[in-house]
Amino acid sequence: MPETLLEIRDLAKSFPARGKGNAAVQAVADVRLTLKRGETLGLVGESGCGKSSLSRLILSLMEPDSGTVVIDGEDFLGASVQRKRLMRRRIQIVFQDALSSLNPRMTVGMNIAEPMRLQGLGSARERDGEARRLLDLVGLRASDAERYPHEFSGGQCQRIAIARALVLKPDIIVFDEAVSALDVSIRAQILRLILDLQTEFGLSYIFISHDLGVVRRICDRIAVMYLGRIVEIGPAQPVCEAPRHPYTEALLRAIPIADPRRMRVEELGLIQGDGFGSPKPEACAFEPRCPHRFAPCSVKRPTLIPVGDHHEAACFLNDRSQRKGDS
Amino acid sequence: MVADNFTSRTGQKIEEAGPGAQDLRSSRRFWRIKSFARNRSAAIAAAFLAIVILAAVFAPLISPHGPDEADNLARYAAIGTKGYILGTDQQGRDLLARLLYGGRVSLLVGVVPTVLAGAIGLGLGMIAGFLRGIVDQVIMRCLDIVFAFPMVLLAIAIAGAMRPGVLTEIIAITIILIPYFARLARTETQSIAPMPFVEAARAAGGSSGVIMARYILPNVFGPIVVYATTLMGLMIVVGSGLSFLGLGVQPPTADWGAMVAEGRVILRRAPHVTVLPGLVILAVSLAFNFLGDGIRDALDPRTIGR
Amino acid sequence: MTPDAEIALAVSDLRTRFGGDRSGATVVDGVSFSLKRGRTTALVGESGSGKSATALSLLRLIDAPGRIIGGEIRLGGENLLSLDETEMEAVRGAKIGMIFQDPLTSLNPALTIGKQIAEVLLAHKDVSRAEAEARAVELLTHVGVANAALRVNDYPHHFSGGMRQRVLIAMAISCSPQIIIADEPTTALDVTIQAKILRLLHDLQQEMRASLLLITHDLGVVAAMADEVLVMYAGRIVERADVDTLFHAPQHPYTKALLACVTDIGGDRSVPLEPILGTAPDLKQQQVGCRFAPRCPAVQDFCRREDPCLMALSDRQEVACLVVQRERNLMAPADA
Repeated sequence: MPETLLEIRDLAKSFPARGKGNAAVQAVADVRLTLKRGETLGLVGESGCGKSSLSRLILSLMEPDSGTVVIDGEDFLGASVQRKRLMRRRIQIVFQDALSSLNPRMTVGMNIAEPMRLQGLGSARERDGEARRLLDLVGLRASDAERYPHEFSGGQCQRIAIARALVLKPDIIVFDEAVSALDVSIRAQILRLILDLQTEFGLSYIFISHDLGVVRRICDRIAVMYLGRIVEIGPAQPVCEAPRHPYTEALLRAIPIADPRRMRVEELGLIQGDGFGSPKPEACAFEPRCPHRFAPCSVKRPTLIPVGDHHEAACFLNDRSQRKGDS
Repeated sequence: MVADNFTSRTGQKIEEAGPGAQDLRSSRRFWRIKSFARNRSAAIAAAFLAIVILAAVFAPLISPHGPDEADNLARYAAIGTKGYILGTDQQGRDLLARLLYGGRVSLLVGVVPTVLAGAIGLGLGMIAGFLRGIVDQVIMRCLDIVFAFPMVLLAIAIAGAMRPGVLTEIIAITIILIPYFARLARTETQSIAPMPFVEAARAAGGSSGVIMARYILPNVFGPIVVYATTLMGLMIVVGSGLSFLGLGVQPPTADWGAMVAEGRVILRRAPHVTVLPGLVILAVSLAFNFLGDGIRDALDPRTIGR
Repeated sequence: MTPDAEIALAVSDLRTRFGGDRSGATVVDGVSFSLKRGRTTALVGESGSGKSATALSLLRLIDAPGRIIGGEIRLGGENLLSLDETEMEAVRGAKIGMIFQDPLTSLNPALTIGKQIAEVLLAHKDVSRAEAEARAVELLTHVGVANAALRVNDYPHHFSGGMRQRVLIAMAISCSPQIIIADEPTTALDVTIQAKILRLLHDLQQEMRASLLLITHDLGVVAAMADEVLVMYAGRIVERADVDTLFHAPQHPYTKALLACVTDIGGDRSVPLEPILGTAPDLKQQQVGCRFAPRCPAVQDFCRREDPCLMALSDRQEVACLVVQRERNLMAPADA
């Protein structure tokens, strides 16, 4: 059994409400996750589910209200300033908008080497050499180091951003919707690169996306988020093929399959409402949209309980004692 | 588009190239300098301003007359009069001499406070925009107080506390301008601070100081420079206004704005007395604007090669 | 493709340029297709393939210095390209409804939803303002907006993304057009919302017996919605087929490669991803030979010299690929 590399302990973050009378928005609530060495963990959810806030919390780009992140047994979020700066070498991030994730005033080479400079690593010559080596590794030319980000296409910029994420030789890379803005064929190129790099360097990934199809394709385990909470987590296959939370099921049934013999528009699953707003504090957040809701859903919040091998879901449908009470 | 074939270490064969790859591959630093020269209007503006500034600095050496030398026999001389190339005013003072000497005051009052206020405002605005919260509140509320006073009233108050003179003018205009620059710098900072490339730098361990210096400052600097150069021409006029109110340099010392003001009573009889300094102010203001655009373009790699 | 279906709109040899004569690019280069009544046609392609430019050309909404440089768009016996601007205004909205990708920027933030829908009706129909506003409520109810009578008084920012898209759909169908063009209508939406909008579009199209031209890069959406599919690459249509044939017997190497890139929920996880290598050509350059040749796995020498045109392989499929055409011994058409 591979060792646990990263552990997220009860992370929570709320934002003050906008406008009068609105309650604070609970962006991330009681999130507990682990990431094993060499593993890819997918984090899926629709807009507003808190997945991007979670990525910023994990990277310590945002202060959590409570909870922490532990890397290799060492508290990351609670570390001293100097220690945290060193620990940042182990976890890097790739963003959705590749072009704006690169400093427009620096050459591509400087952009890639910048994390080394910020960490005080290597001489200028060594950093430049490293940038050129990484450019070649991600499928661009070493000579591209002298050009500027705006001279490159979206897919190429994402390759550059990946090179920058690699420059500190991290153990973990967080991909925050890293392929969502790309065209189908370019997306496949980048996904292939991401997978090849993982094989070559034994990297561990947290892959955040709204696209369950992509996540299913490249992730070992999938966590599904709804309004700030993990509602289901487990190995990719059971989560996608035998989901145990009605929200996961609804997501899966709403995605069109690229095969007209398997799914036409009449067969797309429809659920009511949208995933915005503040849920009632003492109820299942998905209850207002859930087609299977029953008595306990509106009075208690379900917690994650085991529903299979390494598979957990937060739904009373899986809880025999609750169902008995209902009938 | 140039399509090159190459293979990455991970075995993917890729053909990719951006626009204009070949012509941009040559030495980048060379292009950065050259792009400035390529911006012809900026280059001309810079040359013009250099001449104007040198002429003002060396006015005592090149001026045919003293600025206050009145020749009663040559009053209202027209342009081209022998001995008075640009003519004279109602007191028979040589306009060329007055323009040369007046430039010393006007350029000082136009440029120095703008640069000072730009630097101070940039710093305050960046700190307010980057740190947000209580620091932002304190800085911006203080500046709002300055902002709330009518510009001239504030200048009168400042100048009233000191003796009239060039130094007073410079200090007054600087204080007036700081809130304008600070607001711009704050807005620009707030638009850049949440950008992913800044977050990436934080994720790589960049401290707030490093991020402000290496990421925020270069991106805020361009808009500030452009704004500063648009204000310089205006400040020459404002400086003259302060003099007119008796707060700045006092007659008979020449400055361009004061020359326009003095000449207006004889506008019909000798229009060149007013028009000449007016044209100089216009040309200098325009030149500063072009120069500002040129500096911004030269600082921004995105405009190179266009 | 059922041949008896009535043709609602016929495009032939449409050519559109963006930018000036020298620096510009011909982004739509000889595109021909027809939309059939009561059918959904999907126009698929990646960014820069010219699919959105094609849609804008149909409405003659190409901004200067771009312009339509040739071809014909026939709608009910008229060539839209020979109408003057006033006549064209009467076509937009009334005969052809348009739904754009970004529902927020497509709506005027300073006007209530009800007024915006009423504007469309007032522009095209002989109705009073009161009638138009009453009709706006009906339309909103029809597209699934709850409490429409109250919500007509709301502004666009009061609506969620999915609801705004419903408003745009209500505007597009307000004059019962025979043709509805939807340009990436669900790209900005979450999947659960996308499913509802797709169903709505489908139901409306069936009910109105309208032709729907659905522009998208998402092959899942194509499979769910389309009767017929047009695949665009670098300004050209490279393959046309009915939806079943396209997904199960694609012929053009680009179509095949695109299908191999799909990462949908139905795919086989164990099959490795096979990306198409390289990037699309720069249309500012003169194109010689097949535009897909530099990236094509089946490329032959003649592909780099000759320019393929669409040829029918059967009554349900046309393909613009010289390799496929030679394998089947197809002769070039006489006029080529």
